[in-house]
Order: sequence, then structure tokens, then C-alpha cells
Amino acid sequence: MIQKVTGLSMAVHEQLELYKHRYAPKPGNDTGRRVCIVTGIHGDELEGQYVAFLLGRRLKEHPEFLRCTVDVYPAMNPLGINTIQRGVPLFDLDMNRIFPGADDGPAVEYFAHKAVEDMRGADIAIDIHASNIFLRELPQVRISEETAPALVPLAKELNIDFVWVHAAATVLQSTLAHSLNAMGTKCLVVEMGVGMRLTRAYGEQLTEGILNLLRSQGFWSGETQQPRTPLVSKDEVAFLNAGAAGIFMPETLHGTHVRAGQVLGVIADPLTAEEKEVVTSPVDGLLFTLREYPVVYPGSLLARVLKQEVTA
Amino acid sequence: MKQEVLYALDTPYRQRMEIEGFRFGSGEKACAIVGGIRGNEVQQMYVCARLVQAFRRLEEQKAILPGNEILVIPCVTRFSMNVGQRFWPLDNTDINRMFPGYDQGETTQRIAAALFEAVKGYRYGIHFASFYLPGDFVPHVRIMNTGYQTASLGNLFGLPYVVMRTPKPIDTTTLNYNWQIWESNAFSLYTRDTDRIDEASAQQAVSAVLRYLSRVGVVKYNCHSGYMSTVINESTLAPVLTPTGGIFRPKKVPGDPVEYGEVIGEILDPLTAELSAPVTATTSGVVFFATDKPLVLEHEVAFKLIRRLHV
Ligand SMILES: [Zn+2]
Repeated sequence: MIQKVTGLSMAVHEQLELYKHRYAPKPGNDTGRRVCIVTGIHGDELEGQYVAFLLGRRLKEHPEFLRCTVDVYPAMNPLGINTIQRGVPLFDLDMNRIFPGADDGPAVEYFAHKAVEDMRGADIAIDIHASNIFLRELPQVRISEETAPALVPLAKELNIDFVWVHAAATVLQSTLAHSLNAMGTKCLVVEMGVGMRLTRAYGEQLTEGILNLLRSQGFWSGETQQPRTPLVSKDEVAFLNAGAAGIFMPETLHGTHVRAGQVLGVIADPLTAEEKEVVTSPVDGLLFTLREYPVVYPGSLLARVLKQEVTA
Repeated sequence: MKQEVLYALDTPYRQRMEIEGFRFGSGEKACAIVGGIRGNEVQQMYVCARLVQAFRRLEEQKAILPGNEILVIPCVTRFSMNVGQRFWPLDNTDINRMFPGYDQGETTQRIAAALFEAVKGYRYGIHFASFYLPGDFVPHVRIMNTGYQTASLGNLFGLPYVVMRTPKPIDTTTLNYNWQIWESNAFSLYTRDTDRIDEASAQQAVSAVLRYLSRVGVVKYNCHSGYMSTVINESTLAPVLTPTGGIFRPKKVPGDPVEYGEVIGEILDPLTAELSAPVTATTSGVVFFATDKPLVLEHEVAFKLIRRLHV
């Protein structure tokens, strides 16, 4: 059933609307639990759109397997997705920096508040992001240290490649995930793929993972594949930032294992036809982030490598 | 006056971006003043440019008191300003959400780190800022309630209001907040405009800074005493929200007194010009902030009111 969560009138005869699709269990199958699948907070991240579609198809195909309510919110920032903008048009702040929103706040904060209130009481939430237009990411779950004990076991069911447990930052207290976790809903943040594109293999991988997570909680009685075992890292991540301006051309495939000293790419100057920087991996490990957008400034993130021993 | 390049960044397809600073006097780091961090903060840059002029004259007149050094940075991102963008053009990030910065990090973290390195350690830090909601304010000094702040110093600017703000998580990455954490007395000054130049409020801002610096013993400057500032807590400001979307016609401007229930603006249907809904005051008091957008959504902040105290 498609439900309107909230709406606001815009300037010229149009409503800004937030919708969700509620997939309810068959009578007699309801455990009374609820799971929220949320995506589209950043309007330039589209990987979650495919997951919302695929997951919805699976749930419609076999409603008899469902043991909980699943609410799918495909477009938390509908105007951003509609206009190909990361943020909310006409609003300065990143939508994922204003949660839990405010009833008496400006329009976008009010919108965020209504969304959070609608999710209140859910048992689990999965907030699907897709990096940005600059970087391509392996499917991963990011968890802040203080929520790791509760969330890492759930993340391991999600069929992702990597769980990144990171230090808490005060500014991240204004994310949707932080608000939901503070309200008692276990919220996992997924990052995968790249902005403005769909990576179908990742969408299929995560959809399978979501069903597997539901199954692990007794919320889904259908068969699912055995999930892959993710690497769990506590910040053992090497960051590679550009030292020069120019165009970056990767020379290593994303998602592969690299060795210390291996060339990951070069930064070139199209005007002088010179190579300005050869970028090499400082460590052995998994190349889980790789730059997709070619133009770089000094400081632009080029790659991230999860440090690990490479087994020969 | 010493003009310096405080930071330079190579960028593709354009000239190097430089942050230029102007230093006056010598000795102890007395005051750092920062203007446009965002590309549309033209008024903020202009106020600082006028301050550069004023300090140059004061220096010539030996009116900068010995042992005091002043640094003015009118524009942090000419790179954005020159292409008419509020934020960093490549990735639309806001440098005033990047402090204290990180010199090995992303480009905008590096710019923030370089700026912070240049302006930290001063006794006073003054930032001409703009609000995340577009509109006009009663000129005021804003101080972050971090536990390190000194509210009474804010009165010395002689502006009508000193606003105390309790920081939210998102504030922890601003220049003002980080200045205070690093033990500078930090003030954000808000004047009437951002992307246009308003001479009167620019002059008021220049006077406020010179008044402040003369009162704390950094410059010798004869000035009017200004206002007796009223200190208010930002959380006590009463928002007036738009009841629907449409064309917004304010009937009050910042500084105007209003009565509870009074119609202080109206929303017109954008296609027929008929009244869609009145906007009424939620309390008696004074208009502190008014949006300047001609088109509004429902539930936007049209006004913020200072509640009148009943004594
Ligand atoms: Zn995102």
C-alpha cells in the first residue's frame, strides 16, 4: 500500500510530498515488528532506487513469507532526485545534517521531522547511500564506534563486502542514522556504488542481503543465499589524496587487492601533456574506494585502501 | 600595512587560488577579521575591504596601539565568488562546515586548515557571516555558547543586539566555534545584506569593529558610543512560519515592533494575486529576522521575533 507521509505546499501550485510503500504481512503472520528501508537523502545517489524496486518486487512476489511490516521510503529528498542535486533545492544544508528535524523549524527540517516521526518505533532501519559522483565504493556498512556492539552482528547478515567501524564525530549526530539509533531503532548505513549511476550487481547483492537480514531476525521465511562474510575494520584505512591538480586516470580495478607500491593511477595535465603525479598504494590491502570523476584538485580523495595482509 | 598571500592552491584550468591577508601594527596577535568564506558573501567582503582602508589610515596616524597586530582577510574564496557560486564549485561543500580543517584531507578541508592556521591564536576573532536562511537581520553580534565565551565583550560592539547561540552538532565545524575552542574570543557579525552591498549597514559594521577595538585597547579611535546592546538567547526567538506556499509580501522589516496577532505579512496566490493566507505575529515584540524571498514554501521561517519582556 502506498502511503503519503507528509506534504508541504510549494510556491506555485504544487505539493512537495514524501511517500512510502508499506508491505504488510498476511493476517496471522505478523510478528508486530517493523523494518524501514530508506534511501534518497542525497539526491545524486541513485543506487538505492534500484534496491527499492528489486526488494519491492521480491516482497510482492512472496507476501506469504513476510513476518513483519516493511516500509520502503525511496525518496527522502524527492526534489533533489528530481532536479539532479545532492542537496535540497533552495536550502543550504545537507539534508543528512538536520535530523531529527524540528516541528517549528524551516520547511526541510519540518519535512525531516515528519519522516523521523513516521519511522519512530521501527525495529530496524537501513539507510542506503551511494557515495557521491566522485568516488566509487564497494558495498559497505559504516558504523560509529558506540553503536558497533549492537549493529555489527546485523551488518554481517547484509551480504556486503566490508563493515567500517569509525570514530564518532559530533557533526554526525545530526544524521538520520544517529537520530534513529538514539530512538531505539537499529539503523545501518550502507554506502555502495557511485553517484548518478546504478550498479545492478550491487543492487542485487544488497537486496539479497536485506532479505537475509530479515530472515535472520525471523521476519522472512523464504530462502535466501548464504551471505558473504564482510571484512570488519576499525579504521585501518589508508586515504590517498591528490597532491596535484589535473585529470586522474585509474590504472587498477576497483575492488581488487593491491600491494604496497602498486600504481593505482596517474594525474595528468592535458595542457602540458605531462604526468604530474603517479599515485601508488602505501599499503597492502583492499582497494574499496576509487575515484570515478576525473578532474582533481590538490586534496581530492583518489582512493581508500583497507590495510590487510595479502595472503599469497 | 603588509599584504600577504596566506595560502595558495593549484587548481585545474584556472589560476592559483590565493587567500590574501592584510596585516596592521605589530606585536601580540590582537585581532583577526574574516569576511567572505562563501562565494556570495559580497557585503561581508566589502565590510572587510572598508576595514582594510580604515586600519591603513589608523596605522598612518599611529593610532594602532603598540604591541597589537591585526589581520584582515576580506575574501577566503574568490574562487567561488568569481563564478557566482555560494559554495566550493567542484563539490558544493561549504568551507564554513570544515573547521578546524585538515591539511592532509579533502581540498576544502585543506583550505579551512590553512585559514584556521592563519587566524588562530588571536585574542579576538571576528567573522562577518551569513545565515543559512536568506533574509535580513537586525544588525547583531552572535556568540556561540561553548563555555569559553565572554558574553559581556559582545556588548562592546555597540550593536543593538548580542545573540547567544547554544551550539548544535552542525555548529561544531564552523570558524566561530573552533576559534573559541582554541581560546580566542569569537564573534560573528551579521549585517543587513549578503549578496548585495548595503552602504549604511556596512558603515555600521565598520564602526562597530572600530568601536570594539578601541574599547579593548587595540586602536585609538573616537566614535559614537553606539547602542546599549540587549543580550538575547537565540532559542527564545519566536519563529513565524508561512501558513502556505506562494508569493510572500512582508509588511514589516527588521527592527519594527509588532503586536500579537497582528498581520505582519501575507501570502498571495502566485497566479491570481488573491490573498491565500495572512501571516500573523505569534508574540508581541520586535522583528529580528525577515526572509527576503519573494516565493516561499509552506512552513518556511518568514520572521523571527524577539519577545517583548513583560515587567
Ligand atoms: Zn549519501
